[in-house]
Amino acid sequence: MSIARRVRLKTYVLIVLMVAFGATGDVLLGKGMRETGGIALSSPALFIDGIIRGFHNDLVWMGIFSLIFFFLCYMLVLSWADYSFVSPASAISYAVVTFLGWMLLGESVNSTRWLGVLVICLGVFLVGHTPTRTTPEIE
Amino acid sequence: MRVWILLAIVVLAGTAGEISVTRAMKRIGEVHQFNPRALLKVLGRAFRIGWMWLGLALLAMAFFSLLALLSWENVSFVVPLTALSYVVGALMAKLFLKEKVDRIRWMGVLLVVVGVVLVWVG
Repeated sequence: MSIARRVRLKTYVLIVLMVAFGATGDVLLGKGMRETGGIALSSPALFIDGIIRGFHNDLVWMGIFSLIFFFLCYMLVLSWADYSFVSPASAISYAVVTFLGWMLLGESVNSTRWLGVLVICLGVFLVGHTPTRTTPEIE
Repeated sequence: MRVWILLAIVVLAGTAGEISVTRAMKRIGEVHQFNPRALLKVLGRAFRIGWMWLGLALLAMAFFSLLALLSWENVSFVVPLTALSYVVGALMAKLFLKEKVDRIRWMGVLLVVVGVVLVWVG
């Protein structure tokens, strides 16, 4: 495999991992925070109280760990790939989350949202056809 | 008014934060090894770079502004507007990281923005 192809593959794998860890983290964190009563935003004291209650929930912790892995993958991929490549490409998560919600949770998805999913996929497809890196190595 | 100021902070600080993190990681250079030991070493190096800390501070700022914003406004109003980050991000990457954003990439970025807006207003 050529170097350019290897780098591209590596980039795709890390973006897939980012999407997986990011979406899982969001779902776990959201579920956990709702279990503990959510965060009140009416006063700073209640806000901090809500966060502390969140830390007593296992799902919240699992969500946080998942998001740490997301950020680690993000850091790694940015060590070689363009930000203007990775950032729009990872928007595929909106499409994945909508699709999974529809398939696994039976959420209803109207035609406007399906159109959005299609447009995102098209956008990511275009970005995916540009070079992963357009800057020289520094040092 | 305060809604728009916070929205600007979410978009600008969030994007600037990610650009700073990118800057730190580009300084480290392409990571080739992915075993836990090598990864810990990369992390250790990353956190000795000022850009990394600036990036995290900006991202934290954007995160808390987003929370505040969500306490006043509906998610379906806020998220589509934050999709503008993709455009701001491409501009900043061009300006500060000297990335070459060609016409195809711009078209991709714009489609992503339109798509995210559609998913959230739908």
